[in-house]
Amino acid sequence: MMADFKESPSQTAGPYVHIGCVPTFAGLQGMYGGNDLGAKMITGDPNGSRITLTCHVIDGDGVPLKDAMVEIWQAGPDGTYGPTEGFSHWGRQPTDAHSGELVFETLKPGATAGQAPHLLAWITARGINLGLTTRIYFADEDNSSDPVLAVAGDRQATLIAQGGDGSYRHDIYLQGAQETVFFDV
Amino acid sequence: MADHIIAPRDLDWHPKPLAPDYRSSLLRSPNHTRLHYDPTVTEMTGPTFGHGMLGPDDDDLIVNYAQAGEAAIGPRIIVHGKLLDEDGRPVSGKLIEVWQANAGGRYRHKKDGYAAPLDPNFGGCGRCISGEDGSYSFRTIQPGPYPWPNGGNDWRPAHIHFSVFGDGFAQRLITQMYFEGDPHIALCPIVQCIPSDTAIDRLVARLDMDNTVPMDIRAYRFDIVLRGRGATIFENQMEGT
Ligand SMILES: [Fe+3]
Repeated sequence: MMADFKESPSQTAGPYVHIGCVPTFAGLQGMYGGNDLGAKMITGDPNGSRITLTCHVIDGDGVPLKDAMVEIWQAGPDGTYGPTEGFSHWGRQPTDAHSGELVFETLKPGATAGQAPHLLAWITARGINLGLTTRIYFADEDNSSDPVLAVAGDRQATLIAQGGDGSYRHDIYLQGAQETVFFDV
Repeated sequence: MADHIIAPRDLDWHPKPLAPDYRSSLLRSPNHTRLHYDPTVTEMTGPTFGHGMLGPDDDDLIVNYAQAGEAAIGPRIIVHGKLLDEDGRPVSGKLIEVWQANAGGRYRHKKDGYAAPLDPNFGGCGRCISGEDGSYSFRTIQPGPYPWPNGGNDWRPAHIHFSVFGDGFAQRLITQMYFEGDPHIALCPIVQCIPSDTAIDRLVARLDMDNTVPMDIRAYRFDIVLRGRGATIFENQMEGT
């Protein structure tokens, strides 16, 4: 690897990431046709079970971030990364400016090549110097032999969304006793 | 498993999560170190975005929020460069999104209450998709420096935020571009989170007179590098994870 071609160092997304990534959410009316990229993951009528995943990103004082942005990347119901007609595999949501809540409406991923069904999640916000990578698994799946959960050891519960019947909740803790496992991958 | 399909990330090159001089990091930095696993198919794949989604002025911040026939106020600049990987190879067909303050240092955002006025003809965002040779280009106005609440007399250097996708989601990166010669670079707690001056220098765009258009618009050159990509994909990717 040549030093001149080392990865560009990361910098925080800052408090105004919305302007660049979700401009309609930020109030820039009409920008990009009024469609924020990643806002809708299900754009047609794909096979698979529809799920709602509700998240917060919580700081060291236990307060949900109001200015974060989370992206997910996932397999489709068949466990592949597509492309899948009517489904984007990728979503992007800002946390609500008042509640800090964000919601992904997506499809339940299938198991992938020896891995339990999971989403890859990436969290950016003011105060986060390098985007945080984590995974989200599902409490109603068999996660017992997943190799990445094994890496998380006794902290693997921080990676598992709770719920079922198409509705899941998952909070991401940046610090504290329940700190979520973040990965260098 | 073969060599990493996406090269390992040098975490010592990037800012540490906890940077006490950057106050916002205090409650938002994980205390545990990141746990490592080798990238799987999940991390080696990523979304693709086609040129078809782009509007004609998406890459022109001078006009993409302006009233017809009007333009944003400020020094007119082209920001251009190449999206490369750590082997120096072009990363083509990838989405690059930018956002910035206006020429007075004010963002079009409900949370920005800085005294500098909004420019009615400036929104502050743009996007494009890298070309076959990794090249990208925006037209914009040079943003102004702005003060920010960090407990002291802190001013951000003029900067443009960049969000970049790669082939694999593990290459995802958000960073900022600064301008050659800005004295605020050395004073900024956010810039100075980056451990080395060599690394900081990679985020400093150079005035590019070769691509400056006489009597029209100056150019700045800024290359972006994503994590390296292995040449070969092996079938047994998951083994040994
Ligand atoms: Fe900024």
